[in-house]
Amino acid sequence: MSAEITRPEKFFLEKFGLTEESLERTLGAALGRSIDYADLYFEHRVNEEIGLEEGIVKKAAKSISQGVGVRATAEEKTGFAYSDEITVENLQLAAQRARYIAADSGQSDAVAVRESRMAPRDLYPVQVPPTDVPIQTKIDLLHQIDRIARAYDPHITKVMATISSEQKLVLVATSEGWVVGDVRPLHRLQVTCIAEDGRRGPGMRQMGTFGGGGRAEYSFFLEDERFAHFAREAARQAIVNLDADDAPAGTMDVVLGPGWPGILLHEAVGHGLEGDFNRKGTSAFSGRLGERVASPLCTVVDDGTIPGRRGSLNVDDEGTPTQRNVLIENGVLKGYLQDRLNARLMGMAPTGNGRRESYAHHPMPRMTNTFMLPGSTSPEDIIRSVKRGLYAVAFSGGQVDITNGKFVFSASEAYLIEDGKIGRPVKGATLIGNGPEALTRVTMVGDDLKLDEGIGTCGKDGQSVPVGVGLPTILINGMTVGGTQS
Amino acid sequence: MDYRELAQDLLRRAKGKDASGAEVIVVEDESFSVQVRMRAVDTLQSARQKRLGLRLCFGQRSATTATSDFSSESLQRLLDDTVAMARATAEDPYAGLPEPELFSADAPDLDLWDPEAANLPIQDRIALATAAESAALDFDPRITNSEGGEYGHEDARLIFANSHGFAGEYRGSSVVLSVSPIAGDNSGMQRDGWYSVQRRLENLESPESVGRTAAERALRRLGARKVPTQQVPVVFDPDMAASLLRTICGAVSGSAIYRSASFLTGKLGEKVASGDLTIVDDGRMAGKLGSRPFDGEGLPTRRTAIIRDGVLASYLLDTYTGRKLGMASTGNASRSLGQPPTVAPTNCHIVPGPCSPEQIIRSVDRGLYVTEMIGFGVNLVTGDYSRGAVGIWIENGELTYPVEEITIAGNLKDMLEQIEMIGDDLEWRGSIVAPTLKIARMTIAGN
Repeated sequence: MSAEITRPEKFFLEKFGLTEESLERTLGAALGRSIDYADLYFEHRVNEEIGLEEGIVKKAAKSISQGVGVRATAEEKTGFAYSDEITVENLQLAAQRARYIAADSGQSDAVAVRESRMAPRDLYPVQVPPTDVPIQTKIDLLHQIDRIARAYDPHITKVMATISSEQKLVLVATSEGWVVGDVRPLHRLQVTCIAEDGRRGPGMRQMGTFGGGGRAEYSFFLEDERFAHFAREAARQAIVNLDADDAPAGTMDVVLGPGWPGILLHEAVGHGLEGDFNRKGTSAFSGRLGERVASPLCTVVDDGTIPGRRGSLNVDDEGTPTQRNVLIENGVLKGYLQDRLNARLMGMAPTGNGRRESYAHHPMPRMTNTFMLPGSTSPEDIIRSVKRGLYAVAFSGGQVDITNGKFVFSASEAYLIEDGKIGRPVKGATLIGNGPEALTRVTMVGDDLKLDEGIGTCGKDGQSVPVGVGLPTILINGMTVGGTQS
Repeated sequence: MDYRELAQDLLRRAKGKDASGAEVIVVEDESFSVQVRMRAVDTLQSARQKRLGLRLCFGQRSATTATSDFSSESLQRLLDDTVAMARATAEDPYAGLPEPELFSADAPDLDLWDPEAANLPIQDRIALATAAESAALDFDPRITNSEGGEYGHEDARLIFANSHGFAGEYRGSSVVLSVSPIAGDNSGMQRDGWYSVQRRLENLESPESVGRTAAERALRRLGARKVPTQQVPVVFDPDMAASLLRTICGAVSGSAIYRSASFLTGKLGEKVASGDLTIVDDGRMAGKLGSRPFDGEGLPTRRTAIIRDGVLASYLLDTYTGRKLGMASTGNASRSLGQPPTVAPTNCHIVPGPCSPEQIIRSVDRGLYVTEMIGFGVNLVTGDYSRGAVGIWIENGELTYPVEEITIAGNLKDMLEQIEMIGDDLEWRGSIVAPTLKIARMTIAGN
């Protein structure tokens, strides 16, 4: 499988009996006279999931999906059609439907596809596609994880672990006359533990979750015994939370630990800087380029070019090479995340952030790996500086209302800080803030930038895409903590 | 291609591979949506898709697969892959298809499909979305922008067959009309929205009404502020009460129960909520969005009281979770093709109470009327609940000013016990619905 599958162009044309001529005719059919731009997005995806629970592998699931999305744009309008049957006939039909938006009955001549582009680099040169790794290898690893998590503490009563593998091939052909392909492997391992302790009260249970992955070889899980780390972290979090008190309610200083708490950036600023909302003027950040939106300590970037990361892509889903985009530099708003449509309408350049969940979804501006650059303070000094506050190290997820800027994210592991020392664990609380204001309250930035382990999925308008986040330890002065103890 | 014949053929081939149980599901789906923004067409989308799902059992080992490639070569490979995967899994004494005697040939017509919606010309669909957005834009000069108006239509046909000899199919449609206007003044911008979703076009709320309601909801949020941290009664509007009900559905799902991953584990037959609370799941209500004649394993759907007068009366179960708990399936198996069955509600609702929403608000001296929640701060294992909230402050029984950037928190165990009043305003705006609810006490975190 591997030889032909590394060349998406050849793969799609041969698999579906298409020729370059049929691509050219389809683009011509979609283009019409009043259409500015048209593209075809071919996708072939294999997903596999192997799940262990109660000490046995119960779940083995596999899914194959393929199809083509045809898009035509005319000024602000988008026509989009897709089909899971990739035939010349269906391509023509989809192209006609996509063109409907321009109320254009004519169609232009075939578009000459002259140029076969290559991504500027391969960020994930993987030898064995994730879905080709033998199932037995994955099953053996899951059993090891089960043993390690149970051995962590006798109160661990349930262990659930899942290895998800994806191999996705895409090919983008545009009316500008070029095609580009990408082969995208993706691994993900997630461990969930439940701890029970009857002595602490009837039905006293807690849960811990940890995991990671990336666009890498399967051996990623084995390097530095990552799988064992994931298992122990999930178990540790469940045990810590068994001991946790109810979280406080009200405004207090919040220290966010490094890595995954970078979800703050994703919710507080990332979504609000996506080009579509700003083009429409519906974001709390609309029209604020060049203004101060964060403390001078904050520089935030979105970088789709980090080798092997879950949020990285060689080219985005419109064929634009990904890049490193500075969103906020020393507190000043510098740029937006763009796909082709919104970049064109705003007179800006595409930034390699045009992403889509699948051929059945149209592209939108989306994040890749979003993180804050490190500062110069040691994390210990940051914690020492806090008289009374919250130290949050793990989060379960977040959401934002981009129009009024209000965002939330929910802690899954947090501690009180008292007199500069980390104290008692507190149960998950939701933190709430205002995007354009939250980062202005950042008063200390640590020197310990860490990217997350590779487990994040971002949802927007019903479309899910894999993303990454990162953060050094930071101190935010005065954030609302949504617990129950006043 | 005749998909019924295709399914039977695959079952025969699975038998030839010595599968002890096999199940084939084919879904054919046609979808359309148009989005209009600032009175002009923004996005027009149309598609046709089909998918085939296969589940094979070899004794107590099983695997599940799916494909959108129906070529005979691809289906043969799918079959071979599924066999290999099933043999690699462990023996699980609870695995397997439902017992043969549980299937029923009785397949009532539940009025799930609307030919009128399928035949509506594209121009008329665009006109509906345009009229709804225009109604919002024209409602008030402070409606300054819009995320658009949308009309969507979906038409899906499902064919099911298994090796016990059960075969069935149904076709269903849904139409949705929604608007998300943005209100703006010197206090800033606020987005809100309204929608109507139905199986039949004739039951859809009028575009004028959808647009007006959306505009009113956005306008009433202008000038929202934070309130101090305090404990007060909280009134959930019907959509927010439905969100709470979805959480409860997750907590009574057999998969959370047998894993001890729910605060309701082991509480069957016990009082878990206010005596006024009754929750019913019913998969056989005519014309409703969650209705279907049989579930994701082919078993007949039915009516199940989940909580009756505050007592936990039943979990929601599929065959596997039922066997794990020593109980029978409640016909709540749900399928995402390529995944083993999971548990999901059908049409789930809180039975309405005697109070009008006005009476409920009047009963509150000082408290919060919640109209939107954001975030995922729900821990089903412990029942801890903490979410971002938007709403209107209640003073002396009257709605006063809008509030935002606060959280509401409590524990679901206490929240269920403290449901103090239940509204009479149940409307079927989806498959999981509830009337206005008042919870006696929650913690608000703000200033």
